[in-house]
Amino acid sequence: MTEQMIARLIENIAQLCLLLALAPLVTGVIRTLKARLQTRRGPGILQPYRDLVKLFQKGMVVPETASWIFSATPWVVFFSTLLAGLMIPMVAADAPLGLFGGVLAVIYLLGLGRFFLALSGLDTGSSFGGLGSSREMTISALAEPAMMLAIFTVAIGAGSTGLTEIAGAAIGQSWRFLAPAQMFAFAALALVLIAETGRIPVDNQDTHLELTMIHEAMILEYSGPYLALVEWAASIKQLVLMTLLINCFWPIGLQPTWFGFGALQGIAWLLAKLLLLSCAIVLLETVNAKMRLFRVPELLAVAFTLGSLALVSTFLF
Amino acid sequence: MRGICPVIAELFLSGILVWLTGAVACLALWRHPVAARRVTCGAALAGSLLDLIASSAAIFSSGSAEIGLPFGNPVFTWAIRLDPLSAYFNVTLATLAAAVSLYSFGYLKEMEGRRNLGAFGFFFNLLLLSLALVFTASNAFFFLAAWEVMALSSFCLISFEHEKEKTRNAGMLFLIMSHAGTGLLLIAFLILASASGSLDFSSFHLLASSLTPLQQGAVFLLFLFGFGVKAGLVPVHIWLPDAHPVAPSNVSALMSGIVIKTGIYGMARVFFDFYGAPPIWMGTVVLGLGVASALLGVLYALMEHDLKRLLAWHSIENIGIILMGFGAALMFRSLGQANLAALALIAALYHTFNHAMFKGLLFLGAGSVVQATHTRNMEKMGGLIRRMPVTALCFLLGAVAISGLPPLNGFVSEWLTYQALLAGFGTTLSMTRLMFPIAGSLLALTAALAAACFVKAFAIPFLALPRSEEAADAREASFPMRAGMAVLAVGCVTLGLGATWFVRVFDPITQLALGVRASSALTAAHGWALSPGTPHGGTISTAGIALLFLIAGAAFALPLAMRWRRRSVSGPAWDCGQPGLTADNEYTATAFSKPLRMIFSALYRPRREILAEYEVSPHYPSAIRFESEIELTFEKRLYAPLRERIMAASNRMKGIQAGSINVYLAYIFITLILLLLFGVRG
Repeated sequence: MTEQMIARLIENIAQLCLLLALAPLVTGVIRTLKARLQTRRGPGILQPYRDLVKLFQKGMVVPETASWIFSATPWVVFFSTLLAGLMIPMVAADAPLGLFGGVLAVIYLLGLGRFFLALSGLDTGSSFGGLGSSREMTISALAEPAMMLAIFTVAIGAGSTGLTEIAGAAIGQSWRFLAPAQMFAFAALALVLIAETGRIPVDNQDTHLELTMIHEAMILEYSGPYLALVEWAASIKQLVLMTLLINCFWPIGLQPTWFGFGALQGIAWLLAKLLLLSCAIVLLETVNAKMRLFRVPELLAVAFTLGSLALVSTFLF
Repeated sequence: MRGICPVIAELFLSGILVWLTGAVACLALWRHPVAARRVTCGAALAGSLLDLIASSAAIFSSGSAEIGLPFGNPVFTWAIRLDPLSAYFNVTLATLAAAVSLYSFGYLKEMEGRRNLGAFGFFFNLLLLSLALVFTASNAFFFLAAWEVMALSSFCLISFEHEKEKTRNAGMLFLIMSHAGTGLLLIAFLILASASGSLDFSSFHLLASSLTPLQQGAVFLLFLFGFGVKAGLVPVHIWLPDAHPVAPSNVSALMSGIVIKTGIYGMARVFFDFYGAPPIWMGTVVLGLGVASALLGVLYALMEHDLKRLLAWHSIENIGIILMGFGAALMFRSLGQANLAALALIAALYHTFNHAMFKGLLFLGAGSVVQATHTRNMEKMGGLIRRMPVTALCFLLGAVAISGLPPLNGFVSEWLTYQALLAGFGTTLSMTRLMFPIAGSLLALTAALAAACFVKAFAIPFLALPRSEEAADAREASFPMRAGMAVLAVGCVTLGLGATWFVRVFDPITQLALGVRASSALTAAHGWALSPGTPHGGTISTAGIALLFLIAGAAFALPLAMRWRRRSVSGPAWDCGQPGLTADNEYTATAFSKPLRMIFSALYRPRREILAEYEVSPHYPSAIRFESEIELTFEKRLYAPLRERIMAASNRMKGIQAGSINVYLAYIFITLILLLLFGVRG
């Protein structure tokens, strides 16, 4: 029992380090690839790390109008995102913190972070913050039913909302991702991922002080270490959602355990799959223009339809 | 079934007596406001505590007690039965009522000398008394009598500030709807009674299933809508968003927290006690109406800027969530899945208790805010977190809980509901199984919209700059009020973190209703995690999540935040180049919900009017008046035509009301003849 618990603890710490270390890299890779595709040089893939280091060393300005919510939010967002990250299978099919929650807990922990971020957007009293909060809550609310349909499709296949079981069921049938239900669910979840991570065509991560911004508007007043925490949490959230997508639908390379040589192999597979998904995101971001805010519901309606199709096809096939 | 210890029954009865004595004493003390306030709250608190002890003991002794009251008559017995289901609703009532009574010590102080606190205390204690009797009455006649006392005392409390026309109208609407509902219940009970030959609830046990299918369906619909009126089920909900906000806030907390739950109790009693395995359409109807209530409730709540009205709409939403659990449980029962039915029933009942806690808390918080700012309009509040820190913290906990976010209690019951819906897909091969995941996805939409709504409901009143002078001068609630809110906030946290401990409470109830005990299947990992009871079903540990948050906060957040504070300076927020940030720059509640208003415009049919006055050029208006309004679909499309028809019909009937005594005598004569003929024929 105690040995098992120590093993769990090591797994958790290993995945924690992986999340913290890998998240800025994914952001950096996506930015660089995007720049290259648009024939720009780009900032280099290590830039997000340099940004974080710099921000952590700086002082910060806290708005006079803000309350304790403003200072608590970065922590709540950061910790809830990390907790969610420990509940997903990254390298091994076994999610290190799987006992504490499955896919529903992941979604709702991310929801907790968003709730506080939206509060702090309104806390500063500046119009931009409120604007961002309002849009973020609207879009995430509309993304939720599509996400839940896709997740139900996957969870019904596995008979569980535990991600360990979901990944296990996916490994059991290695060609399952070609089943129509899985493909529809994958497409639905991919659209939700774009909306949730603030990617074009829903939001643009690269803009500041533009009237169309969403996430950036909410965090406009953050500076220094708190900004670093929020940005870091955002990139971890992106990593979590990307990993969730690839490992639930395409579990190839997931190891049975964290220990031994297999772990390195598992990390290599994870990196390869993340790179592939990043390329897809970059392509999508480059060939699309940002949508008007009121066209976004149509995109999410497409995602909902895909999710419904996924369900109906589990019924048919 | 075992009987329970007579001490429990005596405790319960003494709780009832304390409320009764309190009610009468208040009436006697109406000339002494201070004494009346103390007696009102003291009696309510003492009665609640007695009831709490008795009912929690009754649950854990898992038997039921029949208590005959000493003033029976030969036709009707006045019997009380404290079985686990009754005891559970009594625990909910007593916990909420204790917190509300504590709060009222402070809240009613402002009314001293200005309003008749004697009358208030009379109806307040009478309401608690009748609620306890509704939950325990064991024959139909007694039940309906208690039900009427409850409706009338609610009506008097809702109409307490009767000098306002809005309040009077809301009270009348409540009274009419409530009696229409009671009428439906009366018919349903009479059908059952004619089948069993008795009015006693124990004779109704599983009786409904032996009726003809047509009668079964009719009884089911009569009960569903009869109890649905009280619960605030769409489409018979229209009284609720009018009536709850106009009542004093401590009454609103009781109304939303527990009075609407009498409808839920009634449905639980009927669907799981009177019916055996019902036909599957009944479950689908309940599930469908639950989804509709949840979604419409939250969508209308989003458009509301009256803080208390917003909370009232959320009651409809949460009743919908509870009914989703009920509907799933009924469907599982039809399909012969007792374990899953237990899971769904537990989800529904758990949410019932949770809703009493967080909605009570939110209404009490709203009451403190309204008392401090003298307005219910959120657009005139703001910045209250600095003036009222304790109220703000309590309200925030309530907001997180009602949005279903971990690790608080709303999350646990919504998680259980999701699990029930998810498991439902595999129980049948017919098309009905698609209902489960679709209901689940709409529950996700509801929860996400609720989170959006509570970002608004917390941030606009409590954060940023005050939007009016009243808000800027607001004062923190008095000590008893803070204590009352704190009790409920602790309740939200405990029910969230202690989920695996709390599910054991449901064992006697599911044993009674479905013949299974589910709690051992629902707990995993030595009581650390909650599981849906299916093999490999996925687990959740709210206590674990909270523990990790605490550890991370203590180990990293606190020390680092201390260190960074030294490097931080305070400065103005970005004001877009305007000189200085004022309350006018802030995002308003209307603006916050604007995207959703546009996206769901097919439902809302928003209308807006902008009047700009200008002197020189239209680009420099001197004053702008903005008015925005949405349409309440059911009121306009269903009830308005209905009301017109009724008015027209009564207009036509005016003809027979000639006012002449001879004509009326003729009417009586004709009626007599008809009755005689009817009697002879029969």
